[in-house]
Amino acid sequence: MMRWVIGSVMIAFGGILVWGVMSLPGGDGLTVKVEERMEMSGVTHPVTAVLLNFRGYDTLLEIGVLLLALFGVYSLRRSRPDPTGVSVSHPFLLALTRLLVPVMILMGGYLFWSGAYAPGGAFQAGAVLGAAGVLLYLNGFDLPGRKKEWLLRLYLAIGFVFFLGIGGGLVAAGNRLLEYPPDLAGSLIIIIEAGLTLSIGFILAELYISNSSLEIGPDVFVTEKG
Amino acid sequence: MNVMYLYAVVAVLLFVIGLHGVIAYSHLLRKIVALNIMGSGTFLLLVSIAYGRPEGGPDPVPHAMVLTGIVVAVSATAFGLALVRRLYSETGKPYLPNGDTEKSGR
Amino acid sequence: MNGIVSIPWVAWAVLFPLASAILSFLLGQKRVLWAGIPGVFGTFLSVLLLSSQVWQQGPQRYAIGGWRAPLGIEWHVDGLSIVMLLMTAVSGLFISIYAVGYYSRQSRGHKHSNNLFWPLWLFLWAALNGLFLSADLFNLYVTLELAGIAAVALVTLTGGQVALSAGLRYLLAALLGAMSYLMGVALLYASFGVLDIRMLSALAAPGPAVFISATLMTLGLLIKTALFPLHFWLPPAHANAPAPVSAMLSGLVVKGSFYLMMRLWVEVFPSSLWPIGGQFLGVLAGAAILWGSIMALRQGSLKMTIAYSTVAQIGYLFLFFPLASPRLFIAEGEVSGPGLYAFWGCVYQALSHALAKAAMFMAAGNIMRVLGHDCIGRMDGVNQRLPLTLFAFGLSGVSLMGLPPSGGFVAKWLLLKAALEKEHWGLVLIIVAGGLLASAYVFKVLKHALAQSSQNDLLERVPPTMDIPTLILATLSLLLGFTARPLLSLLTRGSIF
Repeated sequence: MMRWVIGSVMIAFGGILVWGVMSLPGGDGLTVKVEERMEMSGVTHPVTAVLLNFRGYDTLLEIGVLLLALFGVYSLRRSRPDPTGVSVSHPFLLALTRLLVPVMILMGGYLFWSGAYAPGGAFQAGAVLGAAGVLLYLNGFDLPGRKKEWLLRLYLAIGFVFFLGIGGGLVAAGNRLLEYPPDLAGSLIIIIEAGLTLSIGFILAELYISNSSLEIGPDVFVTEKG
Repeated sequence: MNVMYLYAVVAVLLFVIGLHGVIAYSHLLRKIVALNIMGSGTFLLLVSIAYGRPEGGPDPVPHAMVLTGIVVAVSATAFGLALVRRLYSETGKPYLPNGDTEKSGR
Repeated sequence: MNGIVSIPWVAWAVLFPLASAILSFLLGQKRVLWAGIPGVFGTFLSVLLLSSQVWQQGPQRYAIGGWRAPLGIEWHVDGLSIVMLLMTAVSGLFISIYAVGYYSRQSRGHKHSNNLFWPLWLFLWAALNGLFLSADLFNLYVTLELAGIAAVALVTLTGGQVALSAGLRYLLAALLGAMSYLMGVALLYASFGVLDIRMLSALAAPGPAVFISATLMTLGLLIKTALFPLHFWLPPAHANAPAPVSAMLSGLVVKGSFYLMMRLWVEVFPSSLWPIGGQFLGVLAGAAILWGSIMALRQGSLKMTIAYSTVAQIGYLFLFFPLASPRLFIAEGEVSGPGLYAFWGCVYQALSHALAKAAMFMAAGNIMRVLGHDCIGRMDGVNQRLPLTLFAFGLSGVSLMGLPPSGGFVAKWLLLKAALEKEHWGLVLIIVAGGLLASAYVFKVLKHALAQSSQNDLLERVPPTMDIPTLILATLSLLLGFTARPLLSLLTRGSIF
């Protein structure tokens, strides 16, 4: 009975939404404004210009969200993940990994670089690198830097550090937050994106890898009081 | 312009389907997937808005919004899944415990 | 001195917490406070200096990246923003000191030493500051999500099964709300092509898409602020979190989405929404006050009582909508107009509740540390061991009940004036009833805690870093009644947008 109520409410709601959407005007939005300012942005692709320059603050916070999700997952872990104990061992997977991972790394580099003038950029590259990391993990290889905790933390944080450092450094230098000088904008964006690519790759891989350490293990988990 | 409305309508329907899923299903994985469908609906709407004039390019701002939105959605989903996994390993059930919202937690 | 005035403290109010958050992550468990403490003080000072700038020079607008709206994102600091920022800064400062004491001894058990409290809390603070400053709808979505995920991660930080399920429920509710809000933003952008609130307030015209967007965004923010009946996730989450986390959740995080609702309703949404929508929200608010208070009375656990009290006090906040009006911010350079009392009252309620509720949860944390449980019935004799804490609890209770001279009294008195002005007798009754019910559950706790007990089994001591901030915050919530004039005049400084 409850099902029918919910269902009919949803259908009505859907109808209202469709009616609302049909009444939307078409339009350019902010296309023209972006085109006007593009040469000052340091890149030639409009989406990258918006993401890393015009609305770079959003991107900064977005990396923060990624990091926060990782922090959340980290605090749920019961033990450090040990890839050598991974039991997904299949010769086909290993062969495929050996073929794919170098290509993926290359592709990640290309995607990162091409973001300045074509669709691409740090997030896309980072996603590919993260997938490469997952493939490595599934075969029992450890990611670079995971042996030393501080190095891993550095890799994870470096994108955010570059972004915040450059953005905040500009404030200390008298500009506004994230206000790149137009002649330096292109290079600063590349530096930031390089850091972001590395970090996003590691974060995404770690989000997957941490999953195996969420199960009940030999440690007994004691709840904190208060 | 007509193409935009087709995608927009589909987007909104996806949103409603996702909303229905979150409310109606009690299995946690289904809820999370439904939330993602809601997100996809919103993103699709944003992309369809970006359509713009046929001769000019698309509006880049909604594209940037979608990129940011996807990253946020992925982060939240990853965290949510880890929570579900951990809860499952403690309780053995992929459902939220019932009826404890009005009771004392300790 | 001239140099200090020209520094963009608004930027540092966000940069300090972000920088110290990532640094505290990088430094690892042992040295986390090297970054945490400077970050806390830096943020607090930045907000103070920013407020003196606003006090002297009026509202500020800051184009991030040098790009003005609608292309870029802008920060807008007016009276309302700065009061919210101050609320966060003061509460945040004392909650942080409390947290130092709370986490100063490693928890027992076999947890690998990865306490991420400080990075999470500093990110949360940055998100809240960003939220109160932002003038861009999509940027607000990102700050909402940032705050939400940080909050959930803090709830599940060291908890057991109950905290986990509470946190998961919170996450689902938060995501649902955020998705709904984002859909509203998409519809608004589709209709008007801008994301900046000031430009939208000029451009927005009623239409089907705008009404739907308003509904979606309102519903999303309602679930995030836990207004009855969408409050189901709040009591378990706030009650089962570690004590400093409960303080920041009840005191600060819920105020963020409420602030956003205020802004949107007054600035952006069509004024035709107010007559019906306002009354509807008023009904929900009244139900929240009554239901929350009654449920608080029925709880056996101290933290659950305090959590349900939050549900009730949130109801007071939403009395803004039946009592104020969208014509509030018409005058240039100053907030005035019909519904001013309601505006003042609700903001003051947010302020004093933040301080009082944080103090209450911190007091509950102290009690749990000493007794090992938070069952009210077995709290006899707590006063003998924790006199400062109980005194702080009492002071916070005074503010919640609305007794003079506390900040809570000022808030409720202003709301009563607003309700009487509009001849809204039902609300007058509810406001008074809410105060009476609050006194009922506060006295219930005090009755047990003040009772004499012959037992003397001290479980643990409570370090002064936990005791004293509790007392300070509670005293501040009391003193808030005396600072009404300057604060309210700061509040009216500058039209909203």
